[in-house]
Amino acid sequence: MVTSWTRFRRDKTAIAGLAVITLIVAAAALAPLLAPFDPSFQAVDGLTADGSPVPPNGEFWLGTDLLGRDLLSRMIFGARNSLIIGLVANGASVLIGTTLGVTAGYLGGYVGAALMRLTDLVMAFPALLLAVALAAILGSSLWIVAAVIAMVNWVQIARVIYTQTTALSSYDYIEAARALGAGTPRILVQHLIPHLLPTVLVHATLGIATTVLLEAMLSFLGVGVQPPEPSWGGIIFESQSYFLNAPWLVFFPGIAIILVALSFNLVGDSLRDALDPTQRGRS
Amino acid sequence: MIRYLAKRAAWSLLILIGVSAITFAINFVIPSDPVALIAARSATKADRDRLRHELWLDRPVIVQYGHYMAGVLQGDLGRSYKRKTQVGEQIMARLPATLVLMVAAIAFELLIGLPAGLFAARRRGSNADKTAMTLSFIGVSAPQFVTGLILFYIFAYWLSWLPSGGYGAANVILPAVTLGIAGGGWYSRMMRSSMVDVLRQDYIRTARAKGLDERSVLFVHAFRNAVLPIIAMIGLDVGIFMSGVVVVESVYGWPGIGQLMWQAIQDRDIPIIMGVTLTAAIFIVLGNLLADLIAPLIDPRIRLR
Repeated sequence: MVTSWTRFRRDKTAIAGLAVITLIVAAAALAPLLAPFDPSFQAVDGLTADGSPVPPNGEFWLGTDLLGRDLLSRMIFGARNSLIIGLVANGASVLIGTTLGVTAGYLGGYVGAALMRLTDLVMAFPALLLAVALAAILGSSLWIVAAVIAMVNWVQIARVIYTQTTALSSYDYIEAARALGAGTPRILVQHLIPHLLPTVLVHATLGIATTVLLEAMLSFLGVGVQPPEPSWGGIIFESQSYFLNAPWLVFFPGIAIILVALSFNLVGDSLRDALDPTQRGRS
Repeated sequence: MIRYLAKRAAWSLLILIGVSAITFAINFVIPSDPVALIAARSATKADRDRLRHELWLDRPVIVQYGHYMAGVLQGDLGRSYKRKTQVGEQIMARLPATLVLMVAAIAFELLIGLPAGLFAARRRGSNADKTAMTLSFIGVSAPQFVTGLILFYIFAYWLSWLPSGGYGAANVILPAVTLGIAGGGWYSRMMRSSMVDVLRQDYIRTARAKGLDERSVLFVHAFRNAVLPIIAMIGLDVGIFMSGVVVVESVYGWPGIGQLMWQAIQDRDIPIIMGVTLTAAIFIVLGNLLADLIAPLIDPRIRLR
């Protein structure tokens, strides 16, 4: 692990990504302390005389939205929703994908084939459209959005873990462990899962970028986090019709989404290089 | 070869049956009462019962599915709740626009991705390589609605170089570039790793050893082999593309199935949502089939299973 950490530390873009993630997680955690206003507070001077939003100024650092609410405060509280959905949905995807992948890979045969066919089926579905349809029918709360994302997102990791487990299971050391009398749970926990952890870690990191983007897209389509609850995609959805006059309402939340997704992608990519030297420079 | 083709085609068909079962379930099984969604508020109980009978909702689920499938096979995807028009007809009317956008977007993807990947692979490990790969990650990490709105603001509104919406040759540029930026990010990464692999091969060393200049080594010997696996992947890209058009077509008012989908989402018009989803799934399955067929043609080492 020491050498992996050294390799990771050398990658400056990944360290920058980690710094951005830390900052945004801190902002989300300390939202009530950091946000200058309540996210649903409609300031008296939050709209101009003709009722349009106020551009960024000394009082409202990032300007105000169509209802005269402080954009910075809404974005800080929105970070909470985006990150919670990102973590919960991605955590569930990783858990489902890893469990199914390990089980199918270890048992092999028909069970393995059945899992792969199931992933083929889910992958034939346009993920976003499926998520949209489910969210439109089930209604959209924070947890439903997270569940919907998890339902379409577990597939990739399941396939990767399946392939790896299949390869690992055929190694002699597994055979040796079995010959020495180790039972299935022991083989899984002691001999298989530790070798899978780096892959799981890499995919869990990259997966947060995917889930944050998916959540933003659902909210932008109006089936994600519902107003007045703030979310980055939702802010852009609400301001879309007015954005030529108030471009900051699209620009700032847009930058926030890109920064978070980019940071998790950079960190995940660098983790892959650091944890698996044979993959260096190949991805 | 024939056996392989038949196997892939049969599997594609099975996938489509599975997909249709899911769209059917989302259409008719999950909503607690589709009639409540469709019927006017003033409808009497008799009206509702007649509607229920017309929609086959008073029959067992398996019969309903049979009826739904019989319709789907004849191109009947049901009626829109909102507009009372045939979903199938609406989709067919809008499909050509989406296909035009798809071709233009793939062209831009490759136009951005291939040169960027080639450039990065040639200067592997340099700062230029790192910059190019970080840029590609920005392309991948930017949601298409953000890229779309920002490009719209700059090129259509601020500079007014390009039309802000509608259907036409100049109008396709902005939506295609928006889709191309995200896809180009992926293609540049794949192109880079494919090129790095090829440049390690012995025949490249031979080409250099016999004194060929670097340009013909790169473009004649390396590029042609590196680009083939990337071309084979275009078929796998359809799914990502189908999600992208919903956002991009609605931002630019491009009259394809994405815009239809966007409107249906706002109206919660489930038959249209499921019709577009099924159409998209058909294209995804066809794309995968195409990729399966092209792969062994390009690389004979791939075993035909």
